[in-house]
Amino acid sequence: MSPASNTPERYYNYAYLDEQTKRMIRRAILKALAIPGYQAPFGSREMPVPYGWGTGGIQLTAAIIGPDDVYKCIDQGADDTTNAVSIRRFFAQVADVAVTEDTAEATIIQTRHRIPEQPLKAGQVLVFQVPQPEPLRGLEPRETETRAMHAYEEYGLQYVSLYESVATYGRIASTVGYPTMVDERYLMSPSPIPKFDNPKLDDNEAILLFGAGREKRIYAVPPHTRVRSLDFEDYPFETQTWEEDCALCGARDSYLDEVVLDDAGERMFVCSDSHFCAERRAQGHVGRMADHQLAATPEKEPAQ
Amino acid sequence: MNAPLPNNLAKMQAAPLLRVDNVTKWYGQILGCRDVSFEMRPGEVLGIVGESGSGKTTLLNCISGRLAPTSGSVEFDTARFGLTDVYALNEPDRRRMQREEWGFVHQNPRDGLRMRASGGANVAEPLMNLGGRHYGKMRQATVEWLERVELDTRRIDDKPRRFSGGMQQRIQVARNLIHGPRLVFMDEPTGGLDVSVQARLLDLLRELVRDLGLAVIVVTHDMAVARLMADRLMVMKGGEVVETGLTDQVLDDPQHPYSQLLVSSVLQI
Repeated sequence: MSPASNTPERYYNYAYLDEQTKRMIRRAILKALAIPGYQAPFGSREMPVPYGWGTGGIQLTAAIIGPDDVYKCIDQGADDTTNAVSIRRFFAQVADVAVTEDTAEATIIQTRHRIPEQPLKAGQVLVFQVPQPEPLRGLEPRETETRAMHAYEEYGLQYVSLYESVATYGRIASTVGYPTMVDERYLMSPSPIPKFDNPKLDDNEAILLFGAGREKRIYAVPPHTRVRSLDFEDYPFETQTWEEDCALCGARDSYLDEVVLDDAGERMFVCSDSHFCAERRAQGHVGRMADHQLAATPEKEPAQ
Repeated sequence: MNAPLPNNLAKMQAAPLLRVDNVTKWYGQILGCRDVSFEMRPGEVLGIVGESGSGKTTLLNCISGRLAPTSGSVEFDTARFGLTDVYALNEPDRRRMQREEWGFVHQNPRDGLRMRASGGANVAEPLMNLGGRHYGKMRQATVEWLERVELDTRRIDDKPRRFSGGMQQRIQVARNLIHGPRLVFMDEPTGGLDVSVQARLLDLLRELVRDLGLAVIVVTHDMAVARLMADRLMVMKGGEVVETGLTDQVLDDPQHPYSQLLVSSVLQI
């Protein structure tokens, strides 16, 4: 796919937001990149979707996208969910960009709840939609206090939540939004990605941008930044594992979604990253239920 | 933990732990407290008594670094900087000092506890704030402290709201002592508790303070608390200190008319 042409006159209000707003967001992005993990405030705008549907991520994308970009949008790892499809169509329309489902081909990937299985490369930007940027909020409701805690690196409180988890479940049971330490300085919520994806944040080649529209915060992890998941000395961080392989492509090392098939308890586990799974099937990998209807190739979207 | 009781001579010779010099606090036109000066040595227990509205809590907040006085200074013998004006420290250093070397027991345990975290986590939090990252060791220390304040260790993971008021207060005490502070502030630690629970909590506090050799400033309007806990008393009225002296001296032979009134108004059974 080649990028659509743009005439210069179009560039005012290119990509939905006005130029001043995009400049403001870009300044916040630069600040966030300069201080990895720091939550830079920005003047979040009203967007044509409700809060919670990715307003932060959409504003970040709108501020950095250009006509030569190739855009991919995923929701829970899948390219074909309603939210992902509508946001992808939105940018195809307002920014005249090429869209793709191919992780390697995309230059900007907007995501909710996942990091693609395929390792990202230099030059790519991963934009996260963040509902709650403040990892300490659950235990400390005062914004003035959490800001001071970040400023003075007082992060003992985050361990209280881990302590509670071990005391209750005998292990650190939180599986999404698992708190991380960026460059041994700022405590950061990785947005609600599964902790399975936390190791991918560390030393990633791509730029990772996080946008919280309702909370009006942008934060970032620049390429090759150390990101460590918090843990106790006697309860080290570990990721989820599954006893089954992907039922469609047989993958053993990807994040699996559980799909309930009937009322009798029949279920299957499939890759949550739809593009990763489809590509493996195209390469000839076969899972236990490879002929299931979920494996059917979705129709390609009509060209805009 | 069971250090021998420092004798009075050693207390007097030791360098001051806290030096309060002419602390005055005005709330606009309203006086909080005026020209309060005193010194404290390590291991000393100072009681501040007075009627409601006499400036006790204002003074305690000024001394504990939570409310900047209008004039005057509060110096504390910090581990890192020696005797330093707590309001001259920058904010991170002051917060760190408060975290590492002080404790603060609020009158209402809800102000001093995290109600969303379990009792055990509340007690262990100061350890995590000081860099504790080993769950097993912190758990062990928490259990030991719950035993010390006579709480059922099987209830370690209950939320504070499931404990009675007296138990919550004991959780708060454990939380404020577990990290080995040198100075603990207590604002009416037995307020709002029924008499028998008060007596037990007082007994416990007195024992812990003596065992640990803590310096304590305890604000109270209850003469019994003052008598049982404090070595020395300061009587406040209308924002000013009207009398100071050894506890027994002040209570048995009060000089100032207000002190006399205060002592004589204690109900005798």
